[in-house]
Amino acid sequence: MSDSNAYTRRQFLHSGLAMVSTVSSVPIFLSRSSSVMAQTAGPLPSNPGVPEDRVLVVVQLSGGNDGLNTVIPFGKDNYYKNRAGIAVRESDLITLDTNEGIGLHPSLRPIHEMIGNGLGTVVQGVGYPNPIRSHFASMDVWHTGETLTSKGHGWIGKAMDTTHGDTDTSLACISLGAEAPQATQGKHVKPVTFDRPEMFRWSGRDLHPALNETYDQINQQQEPLPQNDPAGFILRTAMDAQVASDRVRKAVNQSALTSFPGNSLARQLKMIAAMVRAELPTRVFYVAMGGFDTHANQANQHARLLDEFATSMDAFYKELKATGHQERVLTVAFSEFGRRVKQNASGGTDHGTAGPMFLFGPQVKPGLVGKHPSLSRLDDGDLIHHTDFRSVYASVLDNWMKIDSVAALGKPFKPADVLRV
Amino acid sequence: MDTSLSPIQTSEFGPAQARHLLLRAGFGGGPTEINQLAEAGPDKAVRQMLEASSSDNSAADIDPDVIRPPTREEREAFVKARRDNDEAARSEARRIINERRAQDRRMLGDLRRWWVGLMIETDAPLRENLVLLWHSHFASRHRNVRDTYLMYQQNQMFREHAAGSFAELAKAVVHDPAMLKFLNNDQNNKRKPNENLAREFMELFTLGEGNYAEKDIKQGARALTGYHVDDNDFEFNERRHDGSKKTVLGETGQFDGDDFVDVLLDQPACPRYIALKLYRYFVADVSDHLDEVPGENKAVVQRIAVMLRKNDYQITPVLEVLLKSRHFYDPEVVGRKIKSPAQLVIGTTRTLGTPTRSLGTLSDGMRTMGQDLFDPPSVAGWDGGRNWINTSTLFTRQNVCTYLITGKDPRKKNWNRKQTNYDPMPLLAGVESREPKPVVDHLVDLMLGSHTPAERREPLYSFMRGRDKGVTPDSVIALLTLISAMPEYQLC
Repeated sequence: MSDSNAYTRRQFLHSGLAMVSTVSSVPIFLSRSSSVMAQTAGPLPSNPGVPEDRVLVVVQLSGGNDGLNTVIPFGKDNYYKNRAGIAVRESDLITLDTNEGIGLHPSLRPIHEMIGNGLGTVVQGVGYPNPIRSHFASMDVWHTGETLTSKGHGWIGKAMDTTHGDTDTSLACISLGAEAPQATQGKHVKPVTFDRPEMFRWSGRDLHPALNETYDQINQQQEPLPQNDPAGFILRTAMDAQVASDRVRKAVNQSALTSFPGNSLARQLKMIAAMVRAELPTRVFYVAMGGFDTHANQANQHARLLDEFATSMDAFYKELKATGHQERVLTVAFSEFGRRVKQNASGGTDHGTAGPMFLFGPQVKPGLVGKHPSLSRLDDGDLIHHTDFRSVYASVLDNWMKIDSVAALGKPFKPADVLRV
Repeated sequence: MDTSLSPIQTSEFGPAQARHLLLRAGFGGGPTEINQLAEAGPDKAVRQMLEASSSDNSAADIDPDVIRPPTREEREAFVKARRDNDEAARSEARRIINERRAQDRRMLGDLRRWWVGLMIETDAPLRENLVLLWHSHFASRHRNVRDTYLMYQQNQMFREHAAGSFAELAKAVVHDPAMLKFLNNDQNNKRKPNENLAREFMELFTLGEGNYAEKDIKQGARALTGYHVDDNDFEFNERRHDGSKKTVLGETGQFDGDDFVDVLLDQPACPRYIALKLYRYFVADVSDHLDEVPGENKAVVQRIAVMLRKNDYQITPVLEVLLKSRHFYDPEVVGRKIKSPAQLVIGTTRTLGTPTRSLGTLSDGMRTMGQDLFDPPSVAGWDGGRNWINTSTLFTRQNVCTYLITGKDPRKKNWNRKQTNYDPMPLLAGVESREPKPVVDHLVDLMLGSHTPAERREPLYSFMRGRDKGVTPDSVIALLTLISAMPEYQLC
């Protein structure tokens, strides 16, 4: 990457793109956009070239993933004692650490290979003090990075707010799904959110083609509007939305170079790979995969979920490698809590506390990070965390995104030792 | 800008002003309502909106016992299971709790649909608008309270006090079980005070930052000790209450929670803070920091504060002056405020008389736009103003309007004309001609306001002129959809 250049590769491409496109149908908007580019391309960023090109992908495993059946402490008797009906047999799992007796669920074979190729790492025993066992409340904690009271903004949103004002942040964060996750809500920077890209546009276009021309006219700037005019503000947002919609839909229409499994997480990661490849000015992508709330008969169900997760991640990085963008992308996967050590009477597990986090990308320190939480010293039947999730956030923000983590987390956390950068 | 709070003349009050009043005080209205208010004149029109605010009341069918404390038997069984390390019994108990929580979440959906339906149907739109204001001002979140009935009860409490006294409302809030749970006051006791409620009461509910010190929070928290919850009711737990002397903001006494609220209401910062809240809700999208509010607007806020104080925090007389004031109808006020998702969604159906469609889709749409009823983003409520608008929410806003007008589900690509089930022609009653221009003008005046300049109407004239069959229900539906997708439609 062009570390020594005042432009990042992407900014260069974009300002070029904007110049070329001045002949298109929205001239005034684009001249505004190229003037923004001209401003932002001016001064040297503190870390020339690199940070603006770096992308963070957050994968949320919703419902509370059973960490103990994901990263499995097969060396501990208590694991088999507490989980007679749902434990994974030692002969079935993939051994990661023979000394400690830690293995991966057999569905995670693709992730095991990624670890072997230096592309994956598992952080064990991640949690926070005074854990909450409600899905929503615990998710709020992970999203805001605040364990006491939050004022509603998310850790990614607060981080991206620090970049607001210097650059055009209208596409800084994209979340896939029906609603924008709280994690991505900043005071200034808000995510672009859509479930399917074909829905990220005005739906009136599907009614009758005759409406298109008028819609484009009424959402186009006739003359410069004063900054403080609310209609002008909305019009500018509408034009940004139009451009974002065109760029996103154009990006995801390009077919992938490699193949992806047919599940929903893979479908979303495929879109993200396409958007990364199209060099959208997006720094954070957010996806969620549900179904991890396995209260009953979980064995097959959990195996299927982990298979979906592992094969999707593997396909995602293969595509990124094929398109030459692998170096730019770090992925973090988390769940709002792990599950209780002892299985329940229905062959499932109930809400618990600490669990593993996964990181992917060529910049991770591959392997296992931290110790597995003790299975003998428990807090009322629950694991005790030893790594605060915010120290993983701190590492991602400080070392990868090059954004001061204190701005996002409110106070300093010692960055977890998970990255090689 | 006219900053006078003296009343607008009857001669200056026409359909444009009546439309503005309906949009800002309520959730908008169709041509019939606009004309009726215009003919009534400013005095009667404002009175009518305010009086409707204290008329009917509606009840939702919300089961109070889905989330309830365990019975004695249940508690004993659980303690025994824990003592015996009987994981099967503990797991079963958790299963039952999870089932109740799931049932409660479904009931929350019912509650959301009920309120959206009420806002659409009500003949007291100003009252519902105020309930929404208080919900955002004294914000509690279901995802923390985890009890739909308590959220419903709080909503009814806001309705009871909607245009009444802010002082009584604030007192009711320190007795409100949902709020006491949300801000952990049920854990606030003499031996170990919890400061959450005391802090937010000063910072967000009455005074604003900078008008109190940390020591006032500590003392206030002690006053609020023992304000607890027993199932669905407020309970004053005298044993947990700290009855000793406290000093809050220079006042000293053996204060309880109610006295604490009285001390706050007596602060000069309080009427200013509430006046700004009212001003930002009804008049203009200005900063929530009074120092950053432009001088002319600030002068008006300060006069509202004086009125609030003089009227012992009664909201009705203050709104009566404000909603009739010359300032409220100034061209720099009209059409310059960004609609909240509720104003947009409820307003579109009330203004155009569209079918209500699916209340669930509407409340889901509002969530996607950032206004999830009963789950505001935090105790600070919704920021409002420009925070509502970004590239994602703007498409959602346009697409939910398309849905109301045409029936096209915003989550689906397909649509056919039969889904529309809406006759827009009654909107044109009173328009003599069926020529494109007068029809467009009439609908633009209705949806965007008569202040909309000619050049913004041009594309719509050409659209209508280009229709082979002229002004038909189909072309009018297309026209309404287009107008609802104009940037100006996001304003009121």
